[in-house]
Amino acid sequence: MTGFDRFLATFFNGEVIVRYLPSILQGVWVTIACSLLIVVFGVAAGVLLACVRAYRIAPLNVAIVVFADMMRALPPLVLILMVYFGLPNVGIMLSSFLVLFVILGLVLAAFTEEIVWAGLTAVDKGQWEAARSTGIGFTGTLLQVILPQALRMVIPPLTNRAIAITKMTALGTVIGVPDILNQATTAQSFSGNASPLTIAAIAYVILFLPLVVMSRWLEERFVRHRR
Amino acid sequence: MAPITTLAQPSAIPTLEVRRLHKSYGALEVLHGIDLAVATREMVFVLGRSGSGKSTMLRCCNRLEEPSSGDIFLEGQPITGKRVDLDGLRRRIGMVFQSFNLYPHLDTRRNVTLALRMVLKLGRDEADARAMAALERVGLAGKAASHPTELSGGQQQRVAIARAIAMEPAVMLFDEPTSALDPELVGDVLGVMRELKADGMTMLVVSHEMGFAREAADRIVFMADGRIVEEGPPEQLFTAARHEATRTFLSRHTRQ
Repeated sequence: MTGFDRFLATFFNGEVIVRYLPSILQGVWVTIACSLLIVVFGVAAGVLLACVRAYRIAPLNVAIVVFADMMRALPPLVLILMVYFGLPNVGIMLSSFLVLFVILGLVLAAFTEEIVWAGLTAVDKGQWEAARSTGIGFTGTLLQVILPQALRMVIPPLTNRAIAITKMTALGTVIGVPDILNQATTAQSFSGNASPLTIAAIAYVILFLPLVVMSRWLEERFVRHRR
Repeated sequence: MAPITTLAQPSAIPTLEVRRLHKSYGALEVLHGIDLAVATREMVFVLGRSGSGKSTMLRCCNRLEEPSSGDIFLEGQPITGKRVDLDGLRRRIGMVFQSFNLYPHLDTRRNVTLALRMVLKLGRDEADARAMAALERVGLAGKAASHPTELSGGQQQRVAIARAIAMEPAVMLFDEPTSALDPELVGDVLGVMRELKADGMTMLVVSHEMGFAREAADRIVFMADGRIVEEGPPEQLFTAARHEATRTFLSRHTRQ
């Protein structure tokens, strides 16, 4: 057997692929479901936190900044392991899926908060003055005038960050979430062959490449439309 | 203190009145006690060099700048103090900014309707009708669907004026409304202001448009170093100013 044949037999073994494709496809649905939940929860919570921060209520702002900095500083894997293996010791049992969703959702919320906050502060002060001078209150101005402009500005970095964090659903493997990577590594150890990992890689590319391309498109579109 | 007898004429309440207004930034006092009243339907121009405090004074009138001390009254009602309904008063004080400050994410019509809907709680149809009437007054009804970025500076400023007058304010504040415009676009904005005056709008204008001030203003207030140096009808100031600072300023700016 030549080296190339060995490479094919290891990474592109047709027999192994056919046998384990169905279980990996099940993992695809788990990854998609978890990713969607993370994005919806993380972005919504992050935007909410950034808006709360705009009111500049000192104790709340300290809490938000500490939360955002901690979540951005800690490796998500550390948090996932701490919560999944630590909480049962105090009597709290959470499913691995829930732990993965909550931790990554909070991490995305932290990054979203920082990104949207940067957007809110980048909107021209004259926009606040114009709205307030017509009698629109602080909350109305924030929600109807400032936030829409801030969100437009931050859609490209926000999309990039959302992709980076949803990819981390692969970390769920270490606590037994039956996602793409988990199904693939299980199949790999049963078959003694790396082809399931190849399928996993292809599945990730099919899932995330369109999003990466879309984020580039968004970026170009928003840069061009900036006045 | 002031004896009643000094009130020679029956004093109608001024639309806008500023009394002993002081404003400091830290240790630096930029307004040293301004007293100014704008009568109903009057157009008052505030002239003075950059840094004389005229914009700060104007921005205190709707509390975009917080006065350090002093009182400001809108139709006799105090707008200074902690317990006033500031948003409620601001809806009755229109403001036009040097940099227009239109909402770039909304089209022209919605720039005008936003406060009508959010503050005056008008329904969609009523707000639209009022916005179109305001845009008609500034000659831009045809641009209702355009976005601010598609308009010239002069058009943007006229939309900003429409946004303010749609609220039917008791007084309009203009903060250097033509300073950011190309010279050939200034005339349109001044034309709109002239029509507002003809319709009886009360206006307080900070501007460097000397020719327009001389022709259109009822009264000119000249400020220097955070104080009102003198005030009077345009012709009196332009031809017979009492103070040297006023004469120097006006002669330097009217030569052109």
